[in-house]
Amino acid sequence: MSAPGVKETTVKLGGEKIRVWEKGAGETLGVLAGLGGLCDWTPFLDELANRRRVVVPSLPGYPGGGQLHRQLDTLADWVICTLDLLEAAGLDGAELLGHSIGGTLAAEAAAFSRASVKKLVLVAPFGLFDESEPVADPWARRANEIPALFSTKPAEFAKERLTPPAGLSPDAATEWAIVQNRATEAAARLLWPIGELGLAKRLHRITCPVKLVWGTEDRIVPPSYAKKFASGLAGPTEIQVVPGAGHALDFDAPRAAIL
Amino acid sequence: MKLLWFHLMPYTDLPDDFTKRHPSVWVDIDSRLFEPAKAHGMYNDFMDELEFAAEIGFDGVCVNEHHQNAYGLMPSPNIVAASLARRTRDAAIVVMGNSLALYNPPMRVAEEFAMLDCISGGRLVAGFPVGTPMDTCFAYGQNPSQLRERYFEAHDLIVRAWTEPDTFVWNGRFNKQRYVNPWPRPLQQPHPPIWIPGGGSVETWHWCAEKDYVYAYLSYFGYKLGQATMQGFWDEMERLGKDKNPFRAGFLQFVGVAETHQEALELYREPAEYFYNRCLHVDARYANPAGYSSEATIRARVASQVVAAANKATDAVAYGPPSFEEMVDKGYVIIGSPDEVADKLREVAVNMNVGQLMLLLQFGNMNKETAFYNTELFAKRVAPQLKNLFEDKWENLWWPRPLPREERSNPRPVVVR
Repeated sequence: MSAPGVKETTVKLGGEKIRVWEKGAGETLGVLAGLGGLCDWTPFLDELANRRRVVVPSLPGYPGGGQLHRQLDTLADWVICTLDLLEAAGLDGAELLGHSIGGTLAAEAAAFSRASVKKLVLVAPFGLFDESEPVADPWARRANEIPALFSTKPAEFAKERLTPPAGLSPDAATEWAIVQNRATEAAARLLWPIGELGLAKRLHRITCPVKLVWGTEDRIVPPSYAKKFASGLAGPTEIQVVPGAGHALDFDAPRAAIL
Repeated sequence: MKLLWFHLMPYTDLPDDFTKRHPSVWVDIDSRLFEPAKAHGMYNDFMDELEFAAEIGFDGVCVNEHHQNAYGLMPSPNIVAASLARRTRDAAIVVMGNSLALYNPPMRVAEEFAMLDCISGGRLVAGFPVGTPMDTCFAYGQNPSQLRERYFEAHDLIVRAWTEPDTFVWNGRFNKQRYVNPWPRPLQQPHPPIWIPGGGSVETWHWCAEKDYVYAYLSYFGYKLGQATMQGFWDEMERLGKDKNPFRAGFLQFVGVAETHQEALELYREPAEYFYNRCLHVDARYANPAGYSSEATIRARVASQVVAAANKATDAVAYGPPSFEEMVDKGYVIIGSPDEVADKLREVAVNMNVGQLMLLLQFGNMNKETAFYNTELFAKRVAPQLKNLFEDKWENLWWPRPLPREERSNPRPVVVR
């Protein structure tokens, strides 16, 4: 898709063409999308692009990310792939905003390779697990539970994120659903079954400034996890809560000033 | 044709209000419903039933693997198979089977199946299921996106371990072993027949054709719905240039036999209702995690029975419970007198071209007495009408090749002092 002012290019990684979106001017901000990925440029990205040069590479298996996830078996594979992707998209050493699973990968990239990330904005990242307040299982869900699990505007979320665009042929609608399913699979490939990958043991390696952003109504990763992340990080941290937003904070609060 | 007696080993004492009070029979079923002393009786009844089926002349007895599931009390079917290997003489022991991706290392399956084959004198059929999402992804935490890759690698490792005479190194994507060298090794050479339980994915059909394995469609929804899947399978075999040998295919069917049609309706209503209501009360949440079905399968719209049912369901469960009349009418359960059942099963086997017919003659909360009655009537009055089917035209290349009977050991009788 093409939104006004969005430049779309591809980079080659593992034999796959990976989509990279770019918009805006100023200091570069890399953005790694959350669960489900992005089929279309969003108002949330526009808001960021009003302030910065925003570069959005697709994650492996996400819309625009091909089948790259199928080559990734271990956490090391995922992190190296993320670092490769950041370099290929010109984001090496840049500031990164990672949402949900994108936040996990941004944090892991920073932990594995300090110099690769200048500053982090982590929006409701996966990666820790507290049994007394468990991260929800986003996969074991009936279809009709998904909208309210992700968003505080479930009807709109279902329509805009979970329904194929009007006017698609049956085959095109099937392909659209397969792309959605693939993104869910890719997240499962990394995070199954509980989203805990040992990040707690590596948080101390993240020495860059980190801003943690959480929707107060996040029903997947509880907002209390902001403090759990902050207590393990080595550099300066800041926590910002966004009232009324769920896990899909980019959808629920696209105008939130989080930079 | 081969007639096989299949046990799921359902917990027979789920409460009447189970479906109202509990979201799922599988994965997160309330453990407080499990009473070990009752399970003692159930296991022993079930094993009596399997042994009786073997004794009365069924060609094989089948067991399978489920986890955290109240309709399948065999997390390890190999334990039951080991007992059957000692307590039966001639029947094939069909382990249907071990979910390969769940074993770490998968050599465990190569070893245990080799043990079973040796103990039984070469009567083992090695079933290699991928396993349901409930068993593999949710109960055992296996990654749905890697499940099939791990399954295929495990298969390759096991078959090579069974067939390669020398110790070798396995440098797989998921398994690394410096010294692969199973002791014991299977009695049947090069290895026991391999049967693949499947739900109707095109890749599985291709793979069975490529490897020359039996494809067994284990549906709970009878021959009427099974027909389309088996037609798809045979169309694919034809396309791939394979012959129509009916012994390439297995099918599972619920059956209730009695002296008269009316008696059968009365006798099997309750156990059928118990199975299709309580036992199949599976939370739709667990039916289809992303990655479990391949994109080709989604594209071909050959959804598994679970997914199809889940998509149709408007409420919380993956399977909408049918009425008993529907079960009979739709052929989920074949009910009737011996002649009626024989006629129907002949039609089913011929129409679907299935030579390895697996029968569920104990289902739901059916008690031992009824299970014995059903089994005996089937063996004495139904089986003789069916057993010659296909035998004159086709050779069953996928049946165990045991030691000659006289060379097989007889367990020493146990004398209780």
